[in-house]
Amino acid sequence: MSITYLEAIREAQARALAEDPRVFIYGQDVGDFGGAFKATKGLAKEFPGRVLDAPISEDAIVGAAVGAAIEGMRPIIEMQFADFSTPGFNQVINQAATLYWRTQVPCPITIRLPSGGTSGSGPFHSQCMEAIYAHYPGLIVMTPATVEDAYSMLLEAVAIDDPVIFCEHKYLYYHLKTDRLPTEAMPAGKARIARPGRDVTIVAYSAMVHEALAAAEELSTEGVEVEVVDLRTVKPLDTDTIIASVARTGRVLVVGEAFPWGGVTAEVVARIATEGFGLLDAPPQRLNAKDTPIPYHPNLWSAHRPTANSILAAVRNLLRL
Amino acid sequence: MLSSVSEVSAAEIVPQVSKDEYLRAFRWLLLARVLDEKLAALYRAGKIPGGGVYLGKGQEALSVSVGISLRTGDVYAPLIRDGAGRLAFGETVVEALRNCLGSVLGPMRGRDGNVHRGRPRDGYLPMISHLGAMISVVNGVLMAKRFKGQKGVVGATCLGEGGTSTGAFHEGLNQAGVERLPLVMVVANNQYAYSTPTSRQFACKSLADRAQGYGFTPHSVDGTNLAECLKVLGHAVALARTGNGPQLVVASLLRLCGHGEHDDASYIDPRLKESEIGRDCLELSEEHLLVNSWASKQELSQWRTAAQRAVEEAVALVQKEPSPDPYTENWCALQTGRFAEGGSK
Repeated sequence: MSITYLEAIREAQARALAEDPRVFIYGQDVGDFGGAFKATKGLAKEFPGRVLDAPISEDAIVGAAVGAAIEGMRPIIEMQFADFSTPGFNQVINQAATLYWRTQVPCPITIRLPSGGTSGSGPFHSQCMEAIYAHYPGLIVMTPATVEDAYSMLLEAVAIDDPVIFCEHKYLYYHLKTDRLPTEAMPAGKARIARPGRDVTIVAYSAMVHEALAAAEELSTEGVEVEVVDLRTVKPLDTDTIIASVARTGRVLVVGEAFPWGGVTAEVVARIATEGFGLLDAPPQRLNAKDTPIPYHPNLWSAHRPTANSILAAVRNLLRL
Repeated sequence: MLSSVSEVSAAEIVPQVSKDEYLRAFRWLLLARVLDEKLAALYRAGKIPGGGVYLGKGQEALSVSVGISLRTGDVYAPLIRDGAGRLAFGETVVEALRNCLGSVLGPMRGRDGNVHRGRPRDGYLPMISHLGAMISVVNGVLMAKRFKGQKGVVGATCLGEGGTSTGAFHEGLNQAGVERLPLVMVVANNQYAYSTPTSRQFACKSLADRAQGYGFTPHSVDGTNLAECLKVLGHAVALARTGNGPQLVVASLLRLCGHGEHDDASYIDPRLKESEIGRDCLELSEEHLLVNSWASKQELSQWRTAAQRAVEEAVALVQKEPSPDPYTENWCALQTGRFAEGGSK
């Protein structure tokens, strides 16, 4: 038996629905249709009345989730694409993220954002929104890179008493498989050493972890041992694990699929510079997507986002600094 | 005042408002006005931390009718000019003053101020500033109550006519209509959204006509007339409570103050002030009490004095209370402290 990243997300939701009567799912086409990506396939039938189709109203979808959370429920919201969370942005950052701080009433909602690029998806179905949400106090932002994390972190997101932005990567939906679902898991908020190494650190998250691992494999044949840190959650950021890795290697490249201005990679570099400056043998480097909207054509798209090849080039450059 | 043939006439179904009900509403209305007058005086004296004061003068008859029509277990998300409704729903003068004067004992403990206050666990939701944003939150509370099998509950939320121009208003009403929720959407058409007149805000003849597009039952009411407001709101809430779906109440009135106390409202057309909607609902209700011999001039005077005393006592109490302390404040926006950036609480 094998299970994909997407199936793990479906299974986590099924388990959350089965174990907690406060959980319900609300989003566009999530009901009998099973969701645009089939992440809720069969759940409406299995849990009658608890998997609800919503009108195309991202603002009202999130607002209703906040209201339901106030009343003690634990809603899971599916945004059809992360890109479409922008019409609901106000409710996320001004309503959900401020509720606990203002009133001491927690807001346990999970907002699933099918994120990131797949070939041919274009400017409005490919975006990575994690940095935008991580900017705001009151939100937890998860970016699982493995099937195991997709499963266990989604279950943890539902159990957490705060609003969680769950950035699941569409490129990983079908590409990643594992043999079985995990029975125990590393807690959210902790980064993971995806591959140990002594020469250079690559900090990555979500789909970029796999590009980094591919680059590390190639570099290994050249005698360069790369340590890959998978952030797992970008907020909170596990600075300790990052700094500890930099202490081992002295060189760091931070890779993200999002746009280059600001964002997660800039935040990581800022923390390394302020907390680990003395550990560095070379200036910390960043690699992001290009500073344009995400292109449609596969030729352009594959050059727009970081890949194993561009990571390879960036590491080689870093080793020369 | 009905503007559409499809509207339900409250007067046909609901009996006349009783003396007791009218008097009860009037006392909240009066208390809200007196509290507002005190807040304005405190503002002019520079006693409001943060500086903002937003009053409900001219809208109290409508507002109190919403609050008084709700009961324990209902949900209420008022807006900035709903001091009267808040009191009628169960907020105390002390609670209101704590939030306005920045007491750490207030419902928001200084983390939010003035009209941004509530007790979500009690169904009293604190507004955010983004207009229309509370509608879907009330919808969500009502959906959750339905999940839990609770019946006979109502959610009410209030907005000015300016707020009806937002996307959130459209999404919220459409959502309530799709889910057929027991929502009462109250729109106070007070003729100006800050300085913007209705001619620059919407192009339909009456905002109540929008009800049809959302599957709501429309109601229109003269917002200066307390008896009419009590009748129409009582009816709309009763319809929602008994499974008749969402209700839209549109009241015509005039804001008799600035947007906030910083605003002299010089943009308000003087002809509107002289028109029927420019009448003061407090004065009109006092006349109503006198004409019906439900109260004497002496009683009216005594009630005002009693309200003033209650407000003064509350101010004296709250002004002695501590302000929030930045050095002992828990600077953590998360319930789950271990996920806080920069250390756990």
